[in-house]
Amino acid sequence: MTPAVLEIDASPTTVRLLDAGPLTDAHAEAWEKFQSLPVPARTDEHWRFSSIKALDLSAYTAPQPIDDTTREELLARSTGLAASAGRMVFANDTLLRREVLADTLRQRGVLWLPLDEAMRNHGDLFRSRFMREDAILGGAKFAALHASQARAGTFLYVPRGVEIDLPIEAFHWLTGEGGSIFPHTLIVAEAQSKVTFVDYFESPESTAGFACAVNDLWLGDGAQVTYVCAQNWSGQALSVQINSTVVGRDATAKALTVNLGSRYARSESVSHLRAPGGRSDMLAVTVAEDAQEIDQRTFQIHEAPNTASDLLYKNALDDSARTVFSGLIRVSPGAHKTDAYQKVRNLLLSDEAEANSLPGLEIEADDVRCTHGATSGQIEDEELFYLLSRGIPLRESQRLIVYGFLEEVLQRLGSEPIAEKLSALLHAKFDAKH
Amino acid sequence: MNALEIKDLHVSIGDKEIIRGLTLTVPRGEVHAIMGPNGSGKSTLSKAIGGHPDYVVTSGTVRLDGVNILDMAADARARAGLFLAFQYPMEIPGVSNANFIRAALQARLPDGEELEATDFYAQLYAEMDKLEMSRTFTARSVNEGFSGGEKKRNEILQMAMLKPKYAILDETDSGLDIDALRIVSAGVNAQRGPGLGALVITHYQRLLDYIVPDHVHVMVEGRIVRTGGKELALELEEKGYDFIKESLTTV
Repeated sequence: MTPAVLEIDASPTTVRLLDAGPLTDAHAEAWEKFQSLPVPARTDEHWRFSSIKALDLSAYTAPQPIDDTTREELLARSTGLAASAGRMVFANDTLLRREVLADTLRQRGVLWLPLDEAMRNHGDLFRSRFMREDAILGGAKFAALHASQARAGTFLYVPRGVEIDLPIEAFHWLTGEGGSIFPHTLIVAEAQSKVTFVDYFESPESTAGFACAVNDLWLGDGAQVTYVCAQNWSGQALSVQINSTVVGRDATAKALTVNLGSRYARSESVSHLRAPGGRSDMLAVTVAEDAQEIDQRTFQIHEAPNTASDLLYKNALDDSARTVFSGLIRVSPGAHKTDAYQKVRNLLLSDEAEANSLPGLEIEADDVRCTHGATSGQIEDEELFYLLSRGIPLRESQRLIVYGFLEEVLQRLGSEPIAEKLSALLHAKFDAKH
Repeated sequence: MNALEIKDLHVSIGDKEIIRGLTLTVPRGEVHAIMGPNGSGKSTLSKAIGGHPDYVVTSGTVRLDGVNILDMAADARARAGLFLAFQYPMEIPGVSNANFIRAALQARLPDGEELEATDFYAQLYAEMDKLEMSRTFTARSVNEGFSGGEKKRNEILQMAMLKPKYAILDETDSGLDIDALRIVSAGVNAQRGPGLGALVITHYQRLLDYIVPDHVHVMVEGRIVRTGGKELALELEEKGYDFIKESLTTV
């Protein structure tokens, strides 16, 4: 770390997060809710197998300021895709850079704004969609905290029929010891629109901070939204991410999370298939090492007939890493001809690694197709021998098999440039130790 | 000596001894065939020489150009010049065929040296053309969803790219229709020459019509019981393995 960051640590402007209070008066209700909700307990089904102790927030401060040296360093490191439609970079919830959307898109009514500007200039539209779906997988207290603090992140509004070809990107950096940030991504895609959005969650090496992120996706009829989140906080960070996706008639949502960072990372993802013909693809790739714990909770809610959801989560675990996957498919009464699929695969690279899988089904409609399955296993000896027999050394053989295992998920995105970018992040993490 | 020399080899799987004192020398430049009934230990021999950890060599030696390879790990044996064409090639999901072969070639280069990509693809495409393989096989995952014939062609492709000194082809003819057999055999024959010693393991004589061996060995119950020229294969085809077994019991 640069000395400048240490100075920030000592800054009197940083207050304890738990003493921070609401961001403005308008955030007071959320703050009260945060304070009144109980801390998670392991006896709660939504926190079963979770290391609750990891969630202690008392040591963290409110978002810390960024000095000029750090700002320049982080901007230089914010390299996304070779071609994107727009890019914003935030660090410690401060906007560092904004590469705006093309004029042609703005003329067609596309809005892409930092959160504060969205609240100021498009308040009604923004508030009509901001955190409108409850966090129902256990993280309500964190969602309330987020709502009381959210100042950074972006609001993307894509009007009816507008298709944005290139991905839009946002970087969120968490830097400085013990700081916290609250990245928010809100995407409203009106009927027949199309967009791809990539969030990069990054921290400079070994920063121990707290990130509490929310990303909500709203898909109008026939909209197509692809959302990617590269969670690459430092291995010392504590992170919580809460997602809800509402899928309209004949709309298609595709979301992929790559979990690389955090000592404890909680991810809650809910897909509401709200109107007939909707589809949601829920994808995740995790590489967990050392004593990392990646805690993933999902909910595929079929609220209308003829809807489809397809979940594929793959975890590669090494050392004494732990993962928890708890996923529920619910087919509500009347949601006939639902097609729901859920698959979790764990690849264990060490005897000490531990993968917990809790798949579940609740079916209250007829004529549905639901399948789920969770598997855990090690690299197969015969597979490994095949690579060795070609002269590929043991470590390299294991690497190839692990990458191959994870690659299937990245390919499901259907975007070569993004898959390559994510691949590079995976490789950088895995290669650092192997 | 430039040869694959197997001397008094004993191999067990668990408590069961499968190879029981097998001796065989394949000089570079020659093609030898091992024929034998099911259960005679043919596949065990190839896996044991390849270094599969489940196949325990209890005594004997295997030398590659004079160097004992039994102390080496499987990957080191391969880099020393050994190649195994599998009877049942494994599927490796998510690893493209091109990257797989590339990794194998890269492993043969000195540290810090990078494989030249343009040359690699030029060579890969040329070898694929010889085996009548479509270019789509470069991007597809190794053997995943390949037909039996495509898997075997892929084995021969790898062999062509890795240029081993010695190759053991384990039941390469199994699961092949006549067209695939012709293509695969042509692929092997194209690699014949003074630089390669090959051991072709087969149950049926048919393959040896296409890959004509210099010598034929008959394996029964973990040993070589007869050795002869290519005509021995025809004799076996005609009389069956029982004739060998009977001649053994009479001795």
